[in-house]
Amino acid sequence: MIPVLAAFPVFALLAIFQTAIVSRIPLLQGSADLVLLVIIAWSLQERVRTAWHWALIGSAFIGLASALNFYIPLIGYLATTALALLLRRRIWQTPLLAMFALTLLGTLISHITTALSLSLAGTPLPWLETLEIITLPSLFLNILLAAPVYAIVRDFAGWLHPEIIQI
Amino acid sequence: MNPKSRIPWPTITLSLIAVGLVILALGGYLTPLSRLTLSPVIAVQTWVSERFQAVQFYLSAPRDVAQLTRENEALNAEVAHLQTQIIELQQQLGEFRILSALLDFARAYPEYQYVGASVIGRDPSPFVKYIHINRGSDDGLRRGMPVVTQQGLVGRISQVTASAALVQLITDPSVTVNVRLEPTRAEAILSGSITGDIGLDLIPQAVTIEPGELVLTSGLGGNYPPNILIGQVTGVRSQDYDLFQSASMQPVVDFSNLEIVLVITNFQPVDLSPLIPTPGAP
Repeated sequence: MIPVLAAFPVFALLAIFQTAIVSRIPLLQGSADLVLLVIIAWSLQERVRTAWHWALIGSAFIGLASALNFYIPLIGYLATTALALLLRRRIWQTPLLAMFALTLLGTLISHITTALSLSLAGTPLPWLETLEIITLPSLFLNILLAAPVYAIVRDFAGWLHPEIIQI
Repeated sequence: MNPKSRIPWPTITLSLIAVGLVILALGGYLTPLSRLTLSPVIAVQTWVSERFQAVQFYLSAPRDVAQLTRENEALNAEVAHLQTQIIELQQQLGEFRILSALLDFARAYPEYQYVGASVIGRDPSPFVKYIHINRGSDDGLRRGMPVVTQQGLVGRISQVTASAALVQLITDPSVTVNVRLEPTRAEAILSGSITGDIGLDLIPQAVTIEPGELVLTSGLGGNYPPNILIGQVTGVRSQDYDLFQSASMQPVVDFSNLEIVLVITNFQPVDLSPLIPTPGAP
C-alpha cells in the first residue's frame, strides 16, 4: 500500500518539474519525459509489485497537466510498463541495459501513440519532420537522463522495499 | 692675578660658534651638512622602527586575525545579502519593464479589460504548444478568452481550473486564426505547426503580397478580437496553378520566453458551430 501511496507525491513533484522546468529546456522541439523514465525504472526493479499502479498514477498526473486527451499518455505508459515487465523477466541480469532499451522503445511507443491520436483528430503532422525535430531529440534527452533516473529510482525502491534477510 | 677678572674665553668662543652656527643654519648654509649627517641616522631609525613594527605585528597577530576573520565573515554575509538584493531588484526591474510594456498595450486598446498572469509552465507533451498560467476561473477567466502580450497575440484559453488555466498558443499545430494583412487588407488563414513556426494560407491570388506586411487578427470567426498584431510577412509562395497563395511569417511574440501575459476578459468568443451546416441536416 505504501509504494502506491508514495506514487502520488512522487508524480506530483515530477509533473511540476516536467511542466515548469524540463519542458522549458527543449532540444529542437523535443523534451525529456521524466514520468516515462521513472515508470520504466520503477517497473524494472526486482522487488516492485506496483508497476501498473505507478503507470496509472503517472499517466493520470500527466493527463491532468497536458492538453492532450487523457487516454494518450495512458496508452503510452501502460504499453511501456507491459514491455518493461516482460523485459524484466528476460534480461533481469542487466537492468541498466534494459533501462536503455526500454527508454528507446518507450519513447517511440509514447510518441507514436501521440502522433497517431493527433493525426486522427485532424492535426497536420508531417511524419518525417516529427521524427527529426521531436522524437529523435526527445529520445536523446531521455537516454541522457536514463542512467541517473534509474539510480535514483533503484535507491528509492530499495528504501520502500527493503530486502528481507533470512537468519 | 685675580681669577675672577679672567676673561672666559672658552665660553665666549663656544657662544660665538653657536651663534655662528645658528646664523649659518638660518641662512641655509648648513643644509647639505645636516642632510649628510642626518641621512644615516634616519636610515637607522627607519630600519629599527620597521623591525619593531614587524615584531609588534607578529606578537599581536593572533588577536587581529580573529578579528579580521570575524570582519571578513560579516562582510561576506553583507556581500551575499547585497547580491541577493541586486538579483531581486534586477528581477523586479525586468518585471517592471514587462508590466510597463503591458500597460502601454492596455492603453493602446482601452476597449478591453485585462487580467495579468504569469506563465508557470509548459505542456509536458512536445507535440502540442500550450502554456500554463497562474490565473483561473476565480479571477474571472473563461474558456476562449484571448491572451496577448505587449507585442501581440499569444493564443487563447482552452481549459480553466479555479486557480490556473491552459492557454493554446497560436503556434500549436491544430490552431487556425483568421488574419488580415496590412496595408493590402487581404484576408488569410494563419496556422501553426509542430516546428513552432506559423504560416499563412488561403491568400487570394489576385492580391499582391510583399514581405514586411503586417499580420493582424481580422476578427472573422469570432474567436479573436480584431486588429491585434501577430507578426510580419517574411516570404510569399505563389504558383500560377494554385488557387491561393501562401506565405511565411515572423511572429512578434517570442513564444519561447513568455513570462507575463494579459488575458482579455471582456471579449466573448462567438460559437459559430450551430450555423455550420452538417451533412444530412434538413
